[in-house]
Amino acid sequence: MTGAHPLRSKRRRSALRTAAFLSPWLIGFAVFFVYPLLSTLYFSFTRYDGFRQPAFNGLDNWSYVLTDYPLFWPAMRNTLWLVLVMVTCRVAFGLGIGLLITKIKTATGVFRTLFYLPYLAPPVAATLAFVFLLNPGTGPVNTLLDAVGLPTPGWFTDADWSKPALTALALWGVGDLMVIFMAALLDVPKEQYEAAELDGAGAWARFRHITLPNISPIIMFAVVTGVIQAMQYYAQPLVAGKVAAGVIGGSGQQFEPGYPDKSTLTLPQLVYNLGFQRFDYGTACVVALVLFALSMAFTALLMRRRGGLIGAGE
Amino acid sequence: MSSSHTGRRSSRAVLHWVAVHSLGVAAALFFVLPFVFLLLTSLMGDRQALTRDLWPDTWEWGNYAKVWHTPGFLTWWRNTLLYAGLGTLLTVVSSVPVAYALAKFRFRGRRLALLLVIAMMMLPPQVVVIPMYLFWAKQLDLSGTLWPLIIPMAFGDAFSIFLLRQFLLTIPDEYLDAARVDGCGELRTLLRVVLPMAKPGIAAVALFQFFCAWNDYFGPQIYASDNPAAWTLSYGLESFKGAHHTNWNLTMAATVLVMAPVIVLFFFAQKAFVEGVTLTGVKG
Repeated sequence: MTGAHPLRSKRRRSALRTAAFLSPWLIGFAVFFVYPLLSTLYFSFTRYDGFRQPAFNGLDNWSYVLTDYPLFWPAMRNTLWLVLVMVTCRVAFGLGIGLLITKIKTATGVFRTLFYLPYLAPPVAATLAFVFLLNPGTGPVNTLLDAVGLPTPGWFTDADWSKPALTALALWGVGDLMVIFMAALLDVPKEQYEAAELDGAGAWARFRHITLPNISPIIMFAVVTGVIQAMQYYAQPLVAGKVAAGVIGGSGQQFEPGYPDKSTLTLPQLVYNLGFQRFDYGTACVVALVLFALSMAFTALLMRRRGGLIGAGE
Repeated sequence: MSSSHTGRRSSRAVLHWVAVHSLGVAAALFFVLPFVFLLLTSLMGDRQALTRDLWPDTWEWGNYAKVWHTPGFLTWWRNTLLYAGLGTLLTVVSSVPVAYALAKFRFRGRRLALLLVIAMMMLPPQVVVIPMYLFWAKQLDLSGTLWPLIIPMAFGDAFSIFLLRQFLLTIPDEYLDAARVDGCGELRTLLRVVLPMAKPGIAAVALFQFFCAWNDYFGPQIYASDNPAAWTLSYGLESFKGAHHTNWNLTMAATVLVMAPVIVLFFFAQKAFVEGVTLTGVKG
């Protein structure tokens, strides 16, 4: 029979081969993506504490989270603030540093390394360092600000300043964006600049009409991946809030998250708070699904762009 | 006339040079000063670390020894190395064939498979954490260990697959065809021809994965927080701060010790790092 249909058997063999190569991921996708996602959806309609069987309770969890849970809207607002302000600042600053590094002609390697290193600092370590640096009473930053007569904010202990302080931390770790912007800027064809210069275009005109259009796909990439990182923003605001509040870490600690005054609360923290501190898995799954909807909406935006993330070879 | 013209041009060039480099130095200070303050504080005495002083009176190198000998610190190192090392190995072994198939095989559903990899890559871990926790902790009784974090890495990591695929696209098909003409099967082609050429991409993925595990806070918090013997550096460091809440000098010394391996590794593998970051954004 295989002899009668050599083409079909060849095709079948090649399909089997493809499946074999893909198999680790096919299993992973089913076990770590499809199954938990469907379970999350199911649990979101149940009362479930992990011990007794899940009991169906319709839309109760959803209406509780959206109308009665006092932490949901503050966390939503903070997450949106981070998406708008922190991501914008990070992309603008990353582009600025990327431009700067392409203009520096002396000791470029040293500068590049210095700009890149903070990106590698482990988030918890970097957060601890920043809480210390920005400590209102004794931190070196306020000591320096005071010395030159500038105001000395409370940073992580002042609800108005805690998110700007987190933004400063995010700007410190902008090295990844610097690298991709630098690579993109160096790829802009030189002839276009030369032609524009002959036409008498100034620096701003060249940036506006040549640089920006050439690197706009990378800006888009940086924005969308930044937004998705902002959705997942977890360790930094949690650690900053806990340390600034003087909460002792470790197991079984109950604490009101988001110190000061819910200002460092993010949606991922709510999943932890509801699920692993209040053992209210059903409601935690509602927040998880809100997070899922937001992140997939931004992912769709990223993938819709022609030649974007999928790009070459398609 | 022409000489004054070039004179003006060159003085403008000098001004430009000075402006760019002053800006560069200002930016460098922003990136470097936190490290400097961190180091200086880590070397202060217990009492001085609570003052506004910026420069240590006495250099307490013993702080580092104190931190190193804090109960648990070495266990956290061992756990972190296990999580990051074994996890990275499993990720690379399981992700390479998937990335190869996505980059080089022609099959129906290839585009869809790639879209799903990207969707998985973008999924915040918190979205699926509750069923995953129940699965590992209640059904397999593995809470209090790092296995719920390590085992999934044997099933391909979406980000690594994506990055490797981007890299493998840059390898010309002619090399693969030549191997096939010589009678190599796909597995042999992958191992003998593709792998040697893909070393830089694999190195980038391995480094990313290693640091991802090294830096992970959420995973160990979910699965290991009840059992200090399973804590990692990232998770332990935060509770270290809690236990020594007035000792900023020791906390900063611990922070330096957690950052140090990352920075040392960076100096050995700079190219691979930059390659990886560039791959994510530019070679779309």
